[in-house]
Amino acid sequence: MTTKMMGAKVQRVEDDRLVRGTGRYVDDVAPDALHAAVLRSPHAHARIVSIDVDAVLDIDGVHAVWTHEDLEGAMADPLPLLIPHPTLTHGRTQYALAKDEVNYVGEAIALVVAEDRYVAEDALAQIVVEYELLPAVVGIEAARSAANLVHDDVPGNVAARMEQSNGDAAAAIAAAPHTLSLDLKIERSACMPMEGRGTVARWDPDQNRLQVWTSTQTSTGVRAAVAAKLGLDLGQVDVITPDVGGGFGVKIVHPWPEELLVPLAAQRLGRAVKFTEDRREHFISSAHERAQEHHVEVGFDDEGRVLGLDVRFWHDHGAYTPYGLIVPIITSTQLLGPYKPGAYHVQFDSLYTNTVIVTPYRGAGRPQGCFVMERTMDAIAAELGLDRADVRAANFIQPDEFPYDQGLIFQDGRELKYDSGDYPAMLDKIKELVDWDHFEDFRSAKAAEGKRVGLGLACYVEGTGVGPYEGAHVHIETSGKVKVATGLTSQGQGHQTAFAQIVADELGVRFEDVEITTGDTRRMPYAVGTFASRAAVMSGSAIHLAAKRAKEKALRIAADALEADVDDLEIVDGVVSVKGTDSSIPLGTIAVLSNPLRYAFDEASKAATQFNVGDPTKPPVAEDDEPGLEGKDFYSPPRSTFASGMHAVIVETDVETAEIRILKYAVVHDCGHLINPMIVEGQIHGGVAQGVGGALYERMAYDESGQLLNASFMDFLMPYVTEVPTSIEIDHLETPSPLNPLGIKGAGEAGVIPGSAAFAAAIEDAERLPITAMPISPSELFALRLAHAPHAEESK
Amino acid sequence: MTEQTHQIRLHVNGVEHEAAVPARRLLSDALRHDLGLTGTHVGCEHGVCGACTVLVDGQPMRSCLMFAVSAAGHEITTVEGLARPDGELGPVQQAFRECHGLQCGFCTPGFLTTITAGIAENPDPTEDEARDMVAGNLCRCTGYQNIVKAVCRAAELARSGEDGAA
Ligand code: FES
Ligand code: FES
Repeated sequence: MTTKMMGAKVQRVEDDRLVRGTGRYVDDVAPDALHAAVLRSPHAHARIVSIDVDAVLDIDGVHAVWTHEDLEGAMADPLPLLIPHPTLTHGRTQYALAKDEVNYVGEAIALVVAEDRYVAEDALAQIVVEYELLPAVVGIEAARSAANLVHDDVPGNVAARMEQSNGDAAAAIAAAPHTLSLDLKIERSACMPMEGRGTVARWDPDQNRLQVWTSTQTSTGVRAAVAAKLGLDLGQVDVITPDVGGGFGVKIVHPWPEELLVPLAAQRLGRAVKFTEDRREHFISSAHERAQEHHVEVGFDDEGRVLGLDVRFWHDHGAYTPYGLIVPIITSTQLLGPYKPGAYHVQFDSLYTNTVIVTPYRGAGRPQGCFVMERTMDAIAAELGLDRADVRAANFIQPDEFPYDQGLIFQDGRELKYDSGDYPAMLDKIKELVDWDHFEDFRSAKAAEGKRVGLGLACYVEGTGVGPYEGAHVHIETSGKVKVATGLTSQGQGHQTAFAQIVADELGVRFEDVEITTGDTRRMPYAVGTFASRAAVMSGSAIHLAAKRAKEKALRIAADALEADVDDLEIVDGVVSVKGTDSSIPLGTIAVLSNPLRYAFDEASKAATQFNVGDPTKPPVAEDDEPGLEGKDFYSPPRSTFASGMHAVIVETDVETAEIRILKYAVVHDCGHLINPMIVEGQIHGGVAQGVGGALYERMAYDESGQLLNASFMDFLMPYVTEVPTSIEIDHLETPSPLNPLGIKGAGEAGVIPGSAAFAAAIEDAERLPITAMPISPSELFALRLAHAPHAEESK
Repeated sequence: MTEQTHQIRLHVNGVEHEAAVPARRLLSDALRHDLGLTGTHVGCEHGVCGACTVLVDGQPMRSCLMFAVSAAGHEITTVEGLARPDGELGPVQQAFRECHGLQCGFCTPGFLTTITAGIAENPDPTEDEARDMVAGNLCRCTGYQNIVKAVCRAAELARSGEDGAA
C-alpha cells in the first residue's frame, strides 16, 4: 500500500535548487541581454510640454530611446482596462509611455535600452522634459472634496459608485433597540515582494516568434496582452514564468508598461532585452492597496444580534483603474464575514487620486472589511457590556445553514454563497488556544506588575478559489516518470510539491517520479493565474481530474494486457497489478503499449513498434483513441469556495512609551482538506507577519504634492524577525468544500486578513480608548492617550 | 565617452575569476552579471534587506554596498559556495529544507550566508541568539518562524558534522 501523500508534511522539492543558488529568477536568464531603464515622472500631476531625447543617443553604449511619439498602433493606445464592471462608469488607464499628461510620481515617460543598466540610467539623466505643473489630488479627503480633478473629464474624481443590499437596512436600523455609528479608516500599504518586477524578451526572427520571461502571477495574461499590443498572433508569443521571488498580488497586474515595452524593444533591436526594476521604482510605479475610509450605521438587539447594517465607504484607487473594482467589491461583500445581519446595505465610491495605482494586495480588500465588521462587533459588545466572543457567536451563520446565501454578488459576478464552515466550533478552538476565559486573571496579574495588556479577537471568511477555470496536462513517460503541466504560476507557494502530492495519490506513483511545470504557456496555454488563494483549489482540482483521465487510460490498456477486469486492478508505486495476484505491469510499459511506433530509437521505442504492439487486424490507433499515455482536463467551479478563520492576539502597550508588544498570537484556520500542512502553516506564518506589518508599521507617506516620502526599505517599515510574534499557535478545522473533488479551499491570504482588526481590538482592550484607524504607531497611540486623558479625568 | 574599466581578480568560492569592470560596478552586479553567479540576489540595492549578503573573508557583507574593485584580493563566498565539497547540501542549506525556512527563495541566499557566518561564531545559539542572528535580513514570505527554527537546526547539524569529522 502506498502511503497517502495528501495531508502529509512532505518536504518541498523546489528547495534543493533554491538553497544552492541555482534557482532561475527572471533577472538570472539571458545574461547576454541589453538592459532597459525607464524615465519616470517626478511630478504627481503635470502636462508634458516637450521631451528632448537628443543628447541620449550620443552616449556610448546606448542602443535606443523611445517616448510615446515612437509608439504605433495598439501600443500607442491606453493600456487595457482588464476587469470592466458596469458601475465603473469612468474607468481610465495609462499609456505604456505617457502621452501629454502624467498623473502620479513614477509614471513611465521614456524607455532607454543600453549595454548595461548603469549606462541606461546615465542616459535617463540626459532626457529633458518640460512640464506644466497641475494641482495634485492626494488622499481620500482631497479626492472627495473634488476641489481639483485628477482627470479633467471625470467629475468629482469618482470612477465608480456601487451599491448592493440584502433587505431594508435603513428600516431595520430605525426599528432596532440599539444603534451605533462608527468611522473607520485604513491606510495604504503594499505587497513588497523581495524580488521586484522584471521582464526579459527575445525575438527570434528565424521562427518569427517572441519569447518572454516575466515575473508574473499570470503568464497567459501577459501573453494575451503582449500579442494584442504588438499585433502578433497568440501562437507567436511564448511566456515563461521562471522562479518568482514573491508576488502577493502586485504581479497579477498585466501588462505593466515594461511587459510591453521590453518585447517591443527586443523585436525592434533584434537583441534580447531585460528590465529589472529597482526598489524605488517598485514603490513609485507598481501598485499599492488598502486605503479606505468607512462609515458604519448599525442597529442591534439586546443580545448584540445585528438587525441592520449600513456601510458607506470611499476607496482610493490611485491615478488609474486597470484592475477595475475588485478590491472595493471584495470589501463590500466580504466584510460580512461569518455573520448574518438581518439586513445589509453597502455603497462605495472608488476615487481617483494622483498616486500610484491600487490593485489587490494579499487579502485584497478583506483586511479593511474585516476591520470594519470586527470593530463593529467590539463596539456592540462595549455598548451592551457583553463578552465580545458572545456577541460574535450570536451573529454566526450556523453549521446546519450551509450552503448559506448572503444574497449579494461576489467579485467574480457569482452569488456570495458560502459552501461550508463551522464557526461556533472554530470560536471554541480559538478561545481555548488563547485562554480567553482566563484572560482577566492574566490582566490583573500583569496590572499588579504595572503592565497594561489587552486581548483582541477577529473573525473572517475568505472567498477563495475563484474561477473561471484552470487546466492540467498529465503525461506518463515510458520511463514511468510523470510530467505534469498546469498554467498558473508559482511565487513561493510550493506548487511543485503540493501538486505532485495530488498526482502521486491519484495515479498511485511515487512522489519522486512526478515533475510539475507551472506558468509556461508552451506547456499549458489556457490558464488564469495565481491569486485569490485559488491555486490549490483550481489547479489542484484540474491536476486531480487530469491524472484521473491518465489513470483511466492506463487501466484500460493494462486490463487488455493483463487480460483482467479494470475493476480488479490497482496501481501502487507505478505498477498496475491484478489485486491479490502476481500479475502486473509497470506504468512505463503501458506508456509503451499506448503508442504504436514506426521507428525504434531505444529499447522502449523498439518494444513499441507496430510489429510488437496492438492487434494487427485493427488500426494501430483506434478511431476514438489517441497515441500516448496522457490525460488533460479542466476544472471550472460554479462559484468560490469560502475558507474561514479566527485570530486572537494579546498585546502589551508600554505604559510610558506606548510601544506595542505582541505577547501571544493564535490562529484557527479552516481551508478544507489540507494538501500539505507544512506549506499551509508557512502560508499562515507569512500572512501573520504581513498582518503585523499592516497593523503596526506599514504606510505610504505621501506629502500633499504627491511625493512618496518613504520609498525605500529604510523608511517603509516591514517586519523583521524582531517585529513578529516569537511563536504563533495554530489549530486547524477541516470542513471540506463540496464544490471540488478534493474538498479543499485556499490558504494563501488568510493569515493577513484579520491582522488590523485583531490588533485594534487588543490595543483598545489594553488602553480602554477607541481605536478607529490603522496602522497605529506608538506615537499615535501616545497622542490618543493625551486626547482622551481629559475625559478620563472627568469621569473619575 | 567610453567608461574606464579596471581589470580585477575576484576570488569566489575558491575559484579565481578575471573581470574588467568600471570602478562604480557593485560587487552584487559583478557576481551576478560578470561572473554569472546569480544565486546572490538584489532586493533593495540600498543595504537594508540583506538578500545580497555574501561572505568576505568569512564576514557577512552586503554586496550591494561594496564595489567590485574593492573586493579584489579578498576571499568571497556566495550561496553557490555553501554546499559540501561532495555536492551534498551544507548544514544551513539542509536545515532550511528540513524546517521549511523558505518560500519564494529570493531572500534565502542572504539568510544562508548570514547564518553560516553566525553559527561559525556561535555554534550553539539559543533561540534568542538565533533570532538576533537573522535580525538584519528581510523576508516577505515566511514570517521568520521557520527561519529561526532553521538556525537552531543548522547549528545542530554543523556541530554533529564536526563531531563526525573528528
Ligand atoms: S540588496 Fe543589498 S541589502 Fe538589499
Ligand atoms: S522566502 Fe520569499 S522573501 Fe523570503
